[in-house]
Amino acid sequence: MRSHTLKILMVIVALAAIAVVVPNTNSFVILLVTRALAFSILVMSLDILLGYTGLASLGQAAYLGVGAYATAIFATKYHFGLGWDFWLVLLMGILLGAALAAVFGLLAIRASGVYFLMITLALGQCVWGLAYRWNSLTGGDNGINLRERPKFGGLDLANEMTFFFLVFGVFVVSLLLMYTLVRSPFGRSLAGIRERELRMQILGYNTWLHKYIAFIIAGGFGGLSGVLWAHTAGIVSPENVVLTTSVDALLMAVLGGAGTLVGGVIGAFIVFGLREFLSTLVPWWQYVLGVVYVATILYLPTGLMGIPERLRQKRAQPDKHGEATGAATLHPAEKRS
Amino acid sequence: MSADTPGNGQTPVLELKDLSKSFGGLHAVRGVTFRIMPGDRKAIIGPNGAGKTTLFNLITGIFPASSGQVLLFGKDVTGWQSHRRTALGMARTFQITSLFPRLTVLDNVLLAIKGLRSSKFVMWRFLSSYRDVYDKAHQLLEQAAFTDRANTEVRYLSHGEQRQLEIVLGLASDPKILLLDEPAAGLSSGESVEMTEFLMRLDPKLAILLIEHDMDVVFDLAHTISVLHFGEVLETGKPEQIKNSQKVQEIYLGTG
Repeated sequence: MRSHTLKILMVIVALAAIAVVVPNTNSFVILLVTRALAFSILVMSLDILLGYTGLASLGQAAYLGVGAYATAIFATKYHFGLGWDFWLVLLMGILLGAALAAVFGLLAIRASGVYFLMITLALGQCVWGLAYRWNSLTGGDNGINLRERPKFGGLDLANEMTFFFLVFGVFVVSLLLMYTLVRSPFGRSLAGIRERELRMQILGYNTWLHKYIAFIIAGGFGGLSGVLWAHTAGIVSPENVVLTTSVDALLMAVLGGAGTLVGGVIGAFIVFGLREFLSTLVPWWQYVLGVVYVATILYLPTGLMGIPERLRQKRAQPDKHGEATGAATLHPAEKRS
Repeated sequence: MSADTPGNGQTPVLELKDLSKSFGGLHAVRGVTFRIMPGDRKAIIGPNGAGKTTLFNLITGIFPASSGQVLLFGKDVTGWQSHRRTALGMARTFQITSLFPRLTVLDNVLLAIKGLRSSKFVMWRFLSSYRDVYDKAHQLLEQAAFTDRANTEVRYLSHGEQRQLEIVLGLASDPKILLLDEPAAGLSSGESVEMTEFLMRLDPKLAILLIEHDMDVVFDLAHTISVLHFGEVLETGKPEQIKNSQKVQEIYLGTG
């Protein structure tokens, strides 16, 4: 219980630090953090599926794509969503993401494990195919350039600081909503499904429905993330919905620690950070990322967020769980030498 | 159970009518018919592979039946999914422990209690804000002497404790019929005596259908016993009757 309060405090401090420190840096960092925050919403939405429900989705970029393309198309073709109506577009992004997930979920939720992964991958690629081929609507391979950001009231989102605070605000609200979700009776039922679905059915849960609802909610947050992403990047192209983007989101969640929400955010910051800094240093930066991923999965299956817990267990091992680890604890002196 | 007459005005909690299940050419359960009244304690025994667990899976809706009917409280539930049957007042435990290993004991029980409440869909309020659910969970844990381990993750419990928690989870939904699939599986003789005592303390109105290999548990607990052999009910009767039956001794208890 105590450690839980501590964790919440740490998250609050970290958020406050971001809100205070970032605006005082240069525009490069502000943009970088804004991108990471916008993408983090997608990673957290994926974590609801991956970490809390036990569904590894490989098509999460599709929902980001729907939100992003909708924003770009409305803005460029109809000049819609560049004033107060930006909030309408935001809502629409959520609804479109959720609607797409509602359709895809009907196909995907029946499957589990690797089959679920394959189906979500295939569905995600369908969205990519549409984005790539439907030239008249999506601009094909070139994508759509957004020439301006919304202006409303006294706020001009073209100002990177203003825009950063908008994304930051939406991010914090999303985090709060998703945190409430995972701690709610519904969220706990997802954890039960992750642990043992059959038992949940016997306990009276319609597990299909719970998974389906979770899938739709994740899609909604994905759409929301897409709206922000479109205005952050200023361009929406098939690259946003390609498999790599889905894989990125999945790896960020795993790197930070699946089933923790904030773990995915940390993962996103690390990957975005590494990518920006490394790509200016070496041309083979992608290999570094690859090594980071592989090392995480091999040595830190619970992600970075799992480190404190692992340290605590290591410390407790010699006296408490000694019998479980055999030689390592029986002869600690030998091990060390 | 041919002696049973429906004349006493009560609806059977559970009734099976000519229930069968085949997997390809294998007839796992063949024409099983019986009826369980409120408060009945019935055991199903039979050698390994007799179809006992399959029968449970048919009753609870994990497998669809090939033919025949399952009636719960007089309602035909043959085609229903598991969660709807549970909602009527049925609960079961598993032969192979099926708990939520990486959740705490308390969380396991909370999930079990929430299963039949519509608030299981609530997503805008913390689970921890439901006082009544927590009170009930603590009461259940106290009953089974689990209070001191409420915050232990289930995977760290001993096998015996996990078996007992299986039953606590079954009881959490206040069922009217409880299906126990080998509750004493893998328990030491001391633990299985404890388990039997725990089961005998349960509400006498609760109907129990039990699969068990430990004959001490069966003879202590059951009012009637059915012997399943190759998917068919070979014999049904009082424990004494079964103990002395020639046929049963041959196939199951061993002639020694």
